[in-house]
Amino acid sequence: MTASLTLVILMAVLFGAGISVMLERSLTRVLIGFLLVGNAVNILIYLMSGAPGLAPILGEGVDEGEISDPLPQAFVLTAIVINLGITAFMLALIYRSWWLAKLGAKGDLVDDEAELAEDAEETADLIRSSAADDEAIQSLIEASDEEFDPLDEELEREASTRDTDDEGARR
Amino acid sequence: MIFCLALFGTLALVTPLLTRLLGRRVFAVIALLPAAVFVLLLTWMPGVLAGTPVVETVAWIPALDIALSFRLDALALLLALIVTGVGALVLLYCMNYFADDEPALGRFAALLLAFAGVMFGLVTADDVFVMFTFWEATSVLSYLLIGHYTGRKESRGAALQALTVTTFGGLAMLVGLVILSVEGGTTGLAELVANPVTGAAGEWAIALVLLGAVSKSALVPFHFWLPAAMAAPTPVSAYLHAAAMVKAGVYLVARLAPGYAELEVWHPIVIGLGGLTMLVGGWRALRQYDLKLLLAYGTVSQLGFLVMVTGFGTRDAALAGVALLLAHALFKATLFLVVGIVDHAAGTRDWRKLSGLGRRMPVIAAIAFVAAASMAGLPPLLGFVAKEAVFTAELDAALAGDAWGWIALVAAFLGSVLTVAYTVRFVWGAFFTKADVPSTPLHRESPAIGVAPALLAGASVVFAFAVPLIEPLLAAYADELPGGHEYHLALWHGLEPALALSAAVFALAALLVWGRQQVARMQAAVPPALDSARGYLGIVSVVDRLAARVTTAFQVRGLAGYLAIIVVVFIGGLGTAAILNESWPDGVRLWDYPAQPFIAFIMAIAAVAAAIVRRRVTSVLLVGVTGYGLVLLFGMSGAPDLALTQALVETITIVVFVLVLRRLPKQSAVHPTAVGRATRTVIGVLAGLVMGVIGFVALGARVEPTIAEGLPALSLEAHGKNIVNVMLVDIRAWDTLGEISVLVAVATGVASLIFVSGRTGGAPRLDELPDRRNRLQPVLEPASSIRAAKPRLAEVDDETDAAAEAHGSRQTWLLAGRTLSPRNRSILIEVLVRLLFHPAIIVSVYLLFVGHNAPGGGFAGGLLAGLALVARYLAGGRYELGEAAPVDAGHLLGTGLLLAAGTAASSLLFGLTAFESTWFEADVPVLGHLSIGTSTLFDIGVYLVVVGLVLDILRSLGAEVDRHQEEVEADPEASDPTAADREGAPA
Repeated sequence: MTASLTLVILMAVLFGAGISVMLERSLTRVLIGFLLVGNAVNILIYLMSGAPGLAPILGEGVDEGEISDPLPQAFVLTAIVINLGITAFMLALIYRSWWLAKLGAKGDLVDDEAELAEDAEETADLIRSSAADDEAIQSLIEASDEEFDPLDEELEREASTRDTDDEGARR
Repeated sequence: MIFCLALFGTLALVTPLLTRLLGRRVFAVIALLPAAVFVLLLTWMPGVLAGTPVVETVAWIPALDIALSFRLDALALLLALIVTGVGALVLLYCMNYFADDEPALGRFAALLLAFAGVMFGLVTADDVFVMFTFWEATSVLSYLLIGHYTGRKESRGAALQALTVTTFGGLAMLVGLVILSVEGGTTGLAELVANPVTGAAGEWAIALVLLGAVSKSALVPFHFWLPAAMAAPTPVSAYLHAAAMVKAGVYLVARLAPGYAELEVWHPIVIGLGGLTMLVGGWRALRQYDLKLLLAYGTVSQLGFLVMVTGFGTRDAALAGVALLLAHALFKATLFLVVGIVDHAAGTRDWRKLSGLGRRMPVIAAIAFVAAASMAGLPPLLGFVAKEAVFTAELDAALAGDAWGWIALVAAFLGSVLTVAYTVRFVWGAFFTKADVPSTPLHRESPAIGVAPALLAGASVVFAFAVPLIEPLLAAYADELPGGHEYHLALWHGLEPALALSAAVFALAALLVWGRQQVARMQAAVPPALDSARGYLGIVSVVDRLAARVTTAFQVRGLAGYLAIIVVVFIGGLGTAAILNESWPDGVRLWDYPAQPFIAFIMAIAAVAAAIVRRRVTSVLLVGVTGYGLVLLFGMSGAPDLALTQALVETITIVVFVLVLRRLPKQSAVHPTAVGRATRTVIGVLAGLVMGVIGFVALGARVEPTIAEGLPALSLEAHGKNIVNVMLVDIRAWDTLGEISVLVAVATGVASLIFVSGRTGGAPRLDELPDRRNRLQPVLEPASSIRAAKPRLAEVDDETDAAAEAHGSRQTWLLAGRTLSPRNRSILIEVLVRLLFHPAIIVSVYLLFVGHNAPGGGFAGGLLAGLALVARYLAGGRYELGEAAPVDAGHLLGTGLLLAAGTAASSLLFGLTAFESTWFEADVPVLGHLSIGTSTLFDIGVYLVVVGLVLDILRSLGAEVDRHQEEVEADPEASDPTAADREGAPA
């Protein structure tokens, strides 16, 4: 199969531009990147029809050999509509996060340092609580271990010191 | 057996409901099931003993040769009898152990019953992977049961430890089982034992499988989870951690021993670890104050003993092993249940605080004495019979010159000494009167709680005297192993060496008890060399920290940084593959038609510009340029449907974008970027390059002709000339059904995100009753805007006030007069939109119906209708939208989806496959020759869903956002995120 170089290059440009915008922190920019990448992918799928032909609509005098490959078209059509849905959903997300987080002038910016610090704290808390659970059961088990009776030991020590004292006194 | 398992599953599911009705009495009801299975198993016993195992098989995953096959032979029958018998008694015991107001009682009862079923499945499964599934299920159920007291730290910690350790072993075991089944060419457990896998593969496989068994049966170095698991309610300890679950490892060893006992890895693991565990467990049991922990370490010790004996590999040892298995299940479950009663009555399990229980609870004490005597191996009890058999079997092997025989004998001897010693400690600690401890105050317990332990303890006595009755079952398994068949289980063998060994055990144990102080001092002096619990905690903590560090290292830059990592991996991976590629397209055309490069050039410029500019609206419009460019490209190269859909979608997208952006600040915020500008550009360029090469290669890689060649014929068969539309609604209708489901989900999501409380409904209507729903209350835009803008018209130059007048009369053609401030209106557009609206709807319906034969269809028609609604909203505001589409968006979506799915299902009713189409044809004026078929109904469903989606978007991102804005304007003091930025807005 041969390809139209123009479309391949266009797809690459749209894709590259889309990816570079997607890497920004503003959610609106991410969505713009998403739209560009979406268009790029639609071109990529459409490319797979090979050489274009007539519209894939059968009628009088339409030669079946001359029409475009309808398969990628069906894929792209559903992709276009899904793109609309996802875009609307992301816009709703953006609006809601902006509204809830009261980001104000910062717009739709998310995940700043404070949030990262919060995440780290949460993780640390999680680790701490699971370690606390482990500690609790471990200390419960150890509590049941028989200790060498400290009272006996003390008495013995007292006795022995008394002995040595006695000895010392004798001297 | 499969039927029994299904019963267990079903009853476990309804148990929580039953508990609500019956309270704790539910245990008596659900105990009937394991009891019934127990009786059923007894009726199968003669057949099994006659040498014909009960076999049931149902195909499950034939491609992997995995079947739900179950096989009840002698060993499985013994285990199944223990599981169901002890299970029924423990459930009965629960009835008196718990109070009606115990939290989560229904869940507990269901889990315990489910466990009995799963355990039954585990011992009867013949397919190794089915067995493994049950094996893991016991781990999960054990986790849930140990963690019954969810509020206690100890419960959670213990549950997680048990789960981590046993699933770790289970994972190793799975690898072993895969090796076994691949090398052996079958997944049948019985076949794998009959025709063992040998060589290095067999050694590795068995080592891994034994690792699973060792972790499940709490052998050193995994023994620590079992004492920790004592945080569970006592019935769980008695059933899972004494009688049933921990026996799974022993069962597996016993199951594999006939085929694999000769392997190199077998004896070091089974006898080495088993013997070591017996001593370590006994040693630690000897220093416990907590009676339950004493029993737990005792269980660890006994499990080591069991694994060592059953895995020994001779017929006599196997016979002794299974006898010991039965004896242990009986006495250890009894003792745990007794400890539960003591705990209940005295409120403590610490024997330092217990005194005088024997005198005041004579029946319970007597039960405990019998069970403890069996544990210590005193005649005339089953424990004694089993231990005699062990000593004889190992002594025979040792005298025959087997080094492992000596090791096993010494371990068993010393372990038995420790066992007797800790048994004495248990009995003395729990029931004797201690001189320096005041008599423990006791609650009265219902006598019924003693029934289950009494029956179990009774069995320990009865089976000892009725050994000939149970021996056939035990011997039927043991005879699979090599060795003479002369030895029989009996209470009295005469004056044999084994008896002398037993006597020596008792003598040494008496010494230990007598020199208790010295032993305690010695124990305290010896550092805990085998404290693997500390090691486990260390490993867990290191893993936790490492995971946290890795996560923060990779995610420290937030979404952007994370995305960058993904894209870089994509570039690296696919880029390398693209460079190494060798099949390139045969030919390259520069363009398909002369206009193409011009359109593409403009689109490319727009895309790059969209990436550079910082004003949001500008970049959205630039993206729109690429979208409309696509319309041209599609339209000029034989894809009219795509062009039509793309044009409509692009328009709606831009409108929706602007609807949201009007509330956000104009510029994207300037901020320190997580990924630097230069880096972003480099990554973007590289990603584009890689995608370009991939697209190029993909075209060249295609060698088969397209499947599109058959499509025209298929399309005509489906009464359609527009192949793309026929594909959507007929040939690939499943795909489309999935897609519109996504659209419904998206529409619901959009509405849910914007409407905080309750997302159903349509756009706001004017004539809605004010009290119907607060947020839909028709707020005539009184607003500041009208009053503040200028004085009312009537006051200025005697003209009639349109707004005031319209308010009085309900039938206004242009609604905006009543609801929008004159500032925001354009009469010309309002009239134009109003005039075009109905023609647009008619065209959209036309597109819907001709779509089968010409460009159009449900998607395009729905989008056009949606666009008409967009125009109404833009021209006349949100009440105009409500009047234009006086329907609930959710109803549209639901009806559409129902219609589409109904089309799929209805053909099933006529005996056709899903989505098989039927038609009737007619000539309709204007529309021409129409053939209305089920696929048309499907397309109508698509149409409705798309209209519903657009309506939901408009009423959320349009109308509701308007309302937010008005609220804010009416009350600027309210917590408004925009208040701050409007004051300090950038010039």
